[in-house]
Amino acid sequence: MRKLSALLLALAMVLALAACGGQQTATPAAEPAAPAATTPAAPADTTPATPATPEPAAPAAPAESGGAIKVGVVNNPPSESGYREANVNDFISVFTADNGYDAKFFYSIKNDEQLSAARQFITDGVDYLLISAAETTGWDAVLKDAQDAGTRVFLFDRMIDCDKSLFEAAVVSNMANEGDTAVNWLLAQNLPEYNVVHIQGAMGSDAQIGRTGALDAQFASGKMKKVVQQTATWDEAEAKKIVESVINSGEPFNVIYAENDGMAKGAVAALDEAGITHGVDKDVVVMGFDCNKWALRELLAGNWNYDGQCSPFQAQVISDMIQTLEGGGSISGLNDAKQIISVEKGFDARELTQADIDTYGLGE
Amino acid sequence: MNKTKSSQFFAKNSQLLIPLIAILLLVIFNLFRDPGFFSVSIAANNNGDPVLQGNLISILNGASELVILSMGMTLVTAASGGQDISVGALAAIAGSVFVKVLKGGAITGGTVFLAFAMCCVVAMLFGAFNGSLVSFFRIQPMIATLILFTCGRSVAYWINGGATPTVESPIINAIGSFIPGIPIPTPILIVILMGILFALLFRFTTLGLYVQTVGINQGAARLNGINAVGIKLLSFVMLGACCAVAGMIGVSRLGLINHETLLINIEMDAILAVAIGGNNLGGGKFKMLGSVLGAYAIQALTITLYSMKVPSTDVKAYKAVVIIILVAMGSPVVKDAMGRLFKKTGGSAGAGKEAA
Repeated sequence: MRKLSALLLALAMVLALAACGGQQTATPAAEPAAPAATTPAAPADTTPATPATPEPAAPAAPAESGGAIKVGVVNNPPSESGYREANVNDFISVFTADNGYDAKFFYSIKNDEQLSAARQFITDGVDYLLISAAETTGWDAVLKDAQDAGTRVFLFDRMIDCDKSLFEAAVVSNMANEGDTAVNWLLAQNLPEYNVVHIQGAMGSDAQIGRTGALDAQFASGKMKKVVQQTATWDEAEAKKIVESVINSGEPFNVIYAENDGMAKGAVAALDEAGITHGVDKDVVVMGFDCNKWALRELLAGNWNYDGQCSPFQAQVISDMIQTLEGGGSISGLNDAKQIISVEKGFDARELTQADIDTYGLGE
Repeated sequence: MNKTKSSQFFAKNSQLLIPLIAILLLVIFNLFRDPGFFSVSIAANNNGDPVLQGNLISILNGASELVILSMGMTLVTAASGGQDISVGALAAIAGSVFVKVLKGGAITGGTVFLAFAMCCVVAMLFGAFNGSLVSFFRIQPMIATLILFTCGRSVAYWINGGATPTVESPIINAIGSFIPGIPIPTPILIVILMGILFALLFRFTTLGLYVQTVGINQGAARLNGINAVGIKLLSFVMLGACCAVAGMIGVSRLGLINHETLLINIEMDAILAVAIGGNNLGGGKFKMLGSVLGAYAIQALTITLYSMKVPSTDVKAYKAVVIIILVAMGSPVVKDAMGRLFKKTGGSAGAGKEAA
């Protein structure tokens, strides 16, 4: 009897593992995890939009002249966020066979999996290694290997703590820029007074810090009045509750500064239920971030006023730099840390066009 | 005569004291802070319909998902002696299915009903998955549901693909906000409906008794002809249905699903509601009303903190302090001490003991 129950328990554990594993492999997030660690070619096949042009694997990479430029992209998985989804799609659409690239992609949120994938890319002899690291540390050895193998490295989206001789350039966002752009836009509206309801993302996240900083400076200088500053941890429903509590308190406000689109939508739902008008030339100015397509459509309809974006589009900039290097030129326009800072976009509802939505909008 | 009746009532329902005291304290605190805190007014929304407004409505409305989940969680706790930590993830899956079906075509009353039916079925299947791990394979509930807790939100992403799919429709708005002409938020009405359903279920079936029996002593229950495995499984399936309703409300509030943030961390609040409600987390006797009151107490606390403008970095710490006090108040040690105090003062004795 005891043996039987032990057997059952063992079976249950195996089932549990299988169930977990089964669901994980069905998820794009964890998809490439196990197999890709050894063969980075695998994830390329599972990504629908990837050009499947497997070249005969020549161990020594024949650089330049003739064949496609071999590129290995190490990124975080698209399920991470709308931002990442756009970022991943951007790289897939730029590094195509038509554009002269033989690109392979690897996605993981785990640093060690990213590291082994990067090693494999180097072993496979890619010409260029493009990395958005899960963590900023632990990359030195791999980047040195790349240097020894003659593989040139570009960083995008996230910096790595390493000697800057180990990479060619980094295309990154300055998170504070985003907040500055939005707050400068708000100041340019010349409202008679600024009573701001500030809904923050998860405290301590890069996006929250970048989007909060500029507004905090205005609160400190007294130019804008902080009616409420509260975190909804990116939760739309929580944002609605926060705005409800402001409305119930009866304190006047005329600006809603929500640190992403979802929370702005939550805030607007609370305004709608309370019969407060919002949008272009209405009582309350609504500001969001991320530029989801549905949010930009709200802007186009005049229901919101502003949407800012941390640009996920870095592929073209990197592609241009690769073409420069391939043509024998050298990269220019870098700052001291060998960075190129992405230009952050901010859309005003009065100037937005459908073409902008199609070009810059995330999601559907 | 009257006195014995009331003391009998308290003896029978003494476990409700803790959540009631919690709510009462919050009410008194808020009335001192702002006498108009609980005032309710009626005003027109942006569609021109009259709707009720005020902190009281915000609390009742905002707690809806939590209340529904804590109802199901009470059953699971009582029957299995453990908690389901995957309710938030499961609600995200249910919400994703709801959105997926709606995005399949034009949104009409029929398709909304179909979408709800579909998300109910899916959520109940996942509930059955959790339940079978717990009942057949006798895995600890927290470990068994850890699987879905870990991968549930990824599954939810996988259903729709995009980060935040949206659905726009007056019908969805009516479910998550207000039905035109009815000034009470629809989620509150749904909670009342769920409450009535559970009340009828306990009144006209032996489910409540069976759940308690299984929770107290599974072996004895089996010897008395109760299908213990089936009862446990059933409790998880019913929690699955609760997740579907909560997920649907969550999605309908804003016509948007964010698989990462929909009802995030709600499993902990749901378990907390059950605990504050005076229910034994080790299973056995239970009072669903206690959990419901506990859920409203938690929501009242959140709204109070918002209206006090507690700095965003400190919210969790404040919440933790209040919860420590509440849980300590409900602990057997404090209950016994209060019971002895009652005895001395001639109040009804052993009230706490009976409930425990």
